[in-house]
Amino acid sequence: MTVTATKAPARTPEGEAPKALRHRNPVRFFVLAGLLVLLLLLVGPLLVVAVNAVKSPAQYAGSGPLSLPTSLYWDGIVDFWNRVNFGQKLWNSFITSLVVAVLGVVLSILNAYALGIGRVKGRIWFLVFFLVANLLPQEVLVYPLYYISKEAGLYDNLIAIVIIFTVTQSAFGTYLLTSVYSEFPRELLDAASVDGAGKWLTLWRVVVPVSMPTLGVLFTFFFIWTWNEFFLPLIFLISNDNQTVPVALGVLQGDRMMDATTTSASALIGILPAMLFFLIFQRTLTRGIAAGAIK
Amino acid sequence: MAKNKGYAVYLIPGVLASLLVIIVPLIMTVYVSFTKWTGVGSPRWVGLDNYTRLFGDTLFWQSFSNIILLIIAMAVIPTLLGLVLAAVLFDYVAKHFSDRWAGFFRSGYYLPQVIPVAVTGIVWAWILHPSYGALNRILEAVGLGGLAKNWLGDPDYALYSVMAVMIWFQLGYPIVMFMSGLQRIDPSIYEAADLDGASWWQRFRKITVHMIRPEFYVVLITTTIAALKIFGQVFVLTRGGPSNSTLVPSYFAYKNFFEKAQVGYGSAISTVLTVLIIVLAFVFLRLQHRAEELS
Repeated sequence: MTVTATKAPARTPEGEAPKALRHRNPVRFFVLAGLLVLLLLLVGPLLVVAVNAVKSPAQYAGSGPLSLPTSLYWDGIVDFWNRVNFGQKLWNSFITSLVVAVLGVVLSILNAYALGIGRVKGRIWFLVFFLVANLLPQEVLVYPLYYISKEAGLYDNLIAIVIIFTVTQSAFGTYLLTSVYSEFPRELLDAASVDGAGKWLTLWRVVVPVSMPTLGVLFTFFFIWTWNEFFLPLIFLISNDNQTVPVALGVLQGDRMMDATTTSASALIGILPAMLFFLIFQRTLTRGIAAGAIK
Repeated sequence: MAKNKGYAVYLIPGVLASLLVIIVPLIMTVYVSFTKWTGVGSPRWVGLDNYTRLFGDTLFWQSFSNIILLIIAMAVIPTLLGLVLAAVLFDYVAKHFSDRWAGFFRSGYYLPQVIPVAVTGIVWAWILHPSYGALNRILEAVGLGGLAKNWLGDPDYALYSVMAVMIWFQLGYPIVMFMSGLQRIDPSIYEAADLDGASWWQRFRKITVHMIRPEFYVVLITTTIAALKIFGQVFVLTRGGPSNSTLVPSYFAYKNFFEKAQVGYGSAISTVLTVLIIVLAFVFLRLQHRAEELS
C-alpha cells in the first residue's frame, strides 16, 4: 500500500530503536494505551455480539453477556437462519448489489465518456445536475417512486430497487469518473482514431481498459452501498421472499421472539458478510476513499 | 470542435434513466407538497397549507433541533477527533512504532463503517437494552449498577444514546480520509519543523491542519449531509421515540407517507429537508472555494 511506500525511507534511520525505547518513554506508552482503549471501544461491541451469538440462552441467563461461552452453541444462529430463511435474503442482497454495481458502472462510463472526453455542450449543467442528484435525500423521491412502481407492477420486486439504485449511484459515478476522464491522455484517443476505431470501439478498447482501477473502485462502492441500503428496500420489498439482509434484520428488531442470544445471533450473521467484503475489498476501499476526496 | 460531435448520444441512457428515477419524482414530490393527498385518488390543491402547518408544528421543530445535535455527533465530533487521531497515527505511531501499527489501528477504527447501518442499529439496541443489554450488565458487574438506565427508552437519555452510537459509527471515516490526505505532505516539511524545534502540537496546528484543509471540507460536508439524511439507525434503535425525543426529519416524513397517509404533508417535510441540504452544500462549496483562493 501507498502508506508503506512513502513512509519507509523516513523511518529507516530509527531502525530498531523504537522497540527498545518503548518501555522507557511514558508518553509513548500512554499514546499506545489510549489508542488501544479507543480501539476496544469501537470493536468491543462487535466482539460482545460475536461472543453472545454462540452462547446458549441458559449460560447467558446464568453468567451474563461478558462471560466467554463454555461451549460453542450454534443452535441460536441455525434456528434464526432457518426461521427467516436467511439464505434467500443473502441471495437477494447479493444479486441486487451485483447487478446494481455492474449497471451503475456501465451507466457512469457512458455518461462520463460524453461529459469528460466528449465535452458535450452544456456539460457544466449536466455536472451540476449529477452533483445535486447526489445530494438529494431519498425521502424526496420515495413516494413518487413507490407510486410509479405500483402503477408499473414493479412494487415488491427487486427490479425496482435495481433500477433506482443504478441511477442514483451512477450520479456519483458520473461525477467522479467525469473528472478522471477530463484528464484522459489525448494521445491514446488520437491513436485509436488514426487506427480507424470509431467512438464506440475507442470507448471499450481504450478508455475502459485504461481506467480499470477507477472502475474497480466504483464497482466496490456501488456493491457495498447497495448491500447496506435500508430505507428504500424497507419500503419497496415487503414480502419475505424479496427482503434483503438489512431489511430482514431491521424489521425483526424488537420482535417478541427475539431474546438476547437470538438478537446477537442475528446481528452476527448481518456483520459477517460485511466483514467478508471488507477483507476482500480492503485495498480498493482505502484507495477509493482517497479517490473520493479528490473529486 | 467537430471532433467532439457524436458524443451526445452516449448521454441518452443516463438522461432517460435520470428523468424516470430522479427528475420526475422530484417534481412530483414538490407538486404534491402543495396538495392534500392520501395516496389514492387525485391530489387536491391546497396552496401553502402544508408549509404553514409545518412551520407551526412542534414535531417539525423538534425533529430539526434533534438533527442539530446529531450533526454534532455525526459531523463535528468525528471530524475534530478524527483529525487528531489521524495525525497521531500518521505522525506519531507510524514514526515511533511502525506503519503496520498505524494501518492496524486505522482498519480497526474503520470497521463500524463497513457494517450495514441497520445491523449497527441491532448491535446497539441489544447492548443498550434495559433488561438483557450488555451495558447495564457491565455497569452492575463493576458495582455501578446505580448508573444503569433504560438508555433508549427514557426520553431524557434516548437522544444522547443515539448520539453516542453515531459517534461510534462515524469516527472511522474522517480518520481514513485524513490519513490519505496526509500522504500528500512532503516529509521534508515535517523534518524542517523538527529541526526548528517545533513541538508535536505546533506541527499539528501549523502543518497538518493547514495541509489537510481540502479533506477537512469534504469530510465536514459529507458527514453533515449524512446526519441530515439519517434514517436507518433511528428506525432500528428507537423509531423516533420515546415520545418523539429522537424524531428526525426523514423519519417524520416516512411516518407521514406510509403510516398516516398524509402524502402532501410528508412531501412538504421532504422538500424542506432537500432545500436545506442543497443550500448547505452550496454554502460549504463557496466557503471551500474562498478558503482555497486565500491560501
